[in-house]
Amino acid sequence: MNTLSDKLLGGKQGAVGLAILALMLFVVFPLWLDLFRLGLLGKYVTYAFVAISLVLLWGNGGILSLGQGMFFGLGGYCMAMFLKLEASDPVSTKIQTTPGIPDFMDWNQLTEIPFFWQPFKSLPLTLILVLLVPTLLAFIIGYAMFKRRVGGVYFAIITQAIALILSILIVGQQGYTGGVNGITDLKTLLGWDIRTDSAKYILYFTNAGLLIACMLLARYILTSKFGMLLLAMRDKEERVRFSGYDVSNFKIFIFCVAAMISAIGGAMFTLQIGFMSPSFVGIVPSIEMVIFAAVGGRMSLIGAVYGTLLVNFGKTMFSETFPELWLFLMGGLFIAVVMFFPDGLAGIYEKYAKQFKVNELVSSYLAKSGKKVAKLIGEKA
Amino acid sequence: MSNTDFVLALEDLTVSFDGFKAVDALTLYIDKNELRVVIGPNGAGKTTVLDLICGKTKSSSGSIKFKNQELTMLSEHEIVRAGVGRKFQTPSIYENLSVYQNLELSYPVGRSVWGSLTFKRTAAVSEQVNKIAAEVLLTEQLHMEAALLSHGQKQWLEIGMLLMQDPELLMLDEPVAGMSVKERDQTAELLKRICQNRSVLVIEHDMEFVKKIAHKVTVLHQGKILAEGSMEHIQADEKVIEVYLGH
Repeated sequence: MNTLSDKLLGGKQGAVGLAILALMLFVVFPLWLDLFRLGLLGKYVTYAFVAISLVLLWGNGGILSLGQGMFFGLGGYCMAMFLKLEASDPVSTKIQTTPGIPDFMDWNQLTEIPFFWQPFKSLPLTLILVLLVPTLLAFIIGYAMFKRRVGGVYFAIITQAIALILSILIVGQQGYTGGVNGITDLKTLLGWDIRTDSAKYILYFTNAGLLIACMLLARYILTSKFGMLLLAMRDKEERVRFSGYDVSNFKIFIFCVAAMISAIGGAMFTLQIGFMSPSFVGIVPSIEMVIFAAVGGRMSLIGAVYGTLLVNFGKTMFSETFPELWLFLMGGLFIAVVMFFPDGLAGIYEKYAKQFKVNELVSSYLAKSGKKVAKLIGEKA
Repeated sequence: MSNTDFVLALEDLTVSFDGFKAVDALTLYIDKNELRVVIGPNGAGKTTVLDLICGKTKSSSGSIKFKNQELTMLSEHEIVRAGVGRKFQTPSIYENLSVYQNLELSYPVGRSVWGSLTFKRTAAVSEQVNKIAAEVLLTEQLHMEAALLSHGQKQWLEIGMLLMQDPELLMLDEPVAGMSVKERDQTAELLKRICQNRSVLVIEHDMEFVKKIAHKVTVLHQGKILAEGSMEHIQADEKVIEVYLGH
């Protein structure tokens, strides 16, 4: 655990897993899927940010947050506010009573842009706020809860309640937030049309790249002493406290990191899908994301990503054919995973794939094909 | 409260739970390099005294001074950092981590969030881990998952985790509970070795074991001190025989 590369990649096995995932996201899926399906995949990848945040927080730290949707949503809203202001230039909104403000503000008799929208006129400031606002909220919640040693089920319920409050607040303040419809009709980013095919590809790859970057960050945290302490706190919190650590600080920090990672996912969601609404903030999405992480394996970063993609493709396929049955199926899936495969897909993989030495096979294959490619390039040169 | 030469000075210490005084105006002094054993029947308040010293339970009144520093106002991790280590009654170790990692996590460097993120396993860390592992007889199990250790080895591991912090006051709650005769003897030897340059406060039930290790014995009964002195003195005490040894 000493060299930086080992810490980022999680050793040889971790590096291979990550390489395969990157290969799938950057090469296999873009070649295999049409743009519509790839767009769907891009959406699911944004959920995977939340799933890996839950691997850090819940799988390793034992802190179950049922409110990760609010951080995803806040990140998404910050991005949407910038895009909305850009889309609401005086020319395209000239039919409004007050041109130059977002349409829903005009419908709600607002005549000027509220003060808290002002920072979102600037892209650099928006990008900072995408990261800062959710992290700050997580810090406040974390400080209030963990310093008072609120944990376990109580923490889960409180995060759920806060997520609900936030979604109700957004729905209720229609003039400031766009209400239940959310912030829609987003068009351009600094004049660059985000609805074109080429923009969709670029955003998809940016998204995938950011996911891998977040996974490297998460890996670094998990392989450091901090990661070991997370496991230690999950199992024997008292022992950690009586070894001279201020346990609450560690919990607050990891909660903030998880919020920030979720927020990046949210912002990328807004950019790719072109809107953000309160339905991504409340209880239902927050719990769904816990299910994604559980199905993939709450201890495994890579597992959580596959779990998210799999459950979502399942959801898309099943809800196209049996829309009513899907929720029951999802509930059943969650119960089955928790009861029979507590470590999710990653656990199943660990158990069976190791017997067949899949990893060695793949890594030797990659090494061979790598050499071939190198040789080809050499011949061409 | 006056300053003293003692490592630990409890004065007039009282804690009451809904009116029930678990520890009642207790005054107790522990010297440098002393190994003190506290005995007493169930419910005498022995574990509560340790809870009070290490900050797990807040006292109702009285003072706890460690090297003349008041501990009652400090939080748990601050008390540990001041130099007080505490072993719990049931072995409290990180079962999912290796013995090595268990010891490493107890090394008193990188205790802040940032410190733990940038912590490096230096030669000094490895050396200390190996030294302590040898001390608590776990060298061969160093890379084993802690969950696989025997009960006695888990107790030693927790003692080892405390030694990693090199505390000036070590508090052990029933360290030989559940150990075999041989393991008890080895633990007695271990305790004699580790109290060379620190004070040790032990709670124990096993009289044979107490005889082997104690410099001085304190008998607690209903939150108060019943008797204090050498083991021979205690065994001859009428009151002690009545409430405890006689049964």
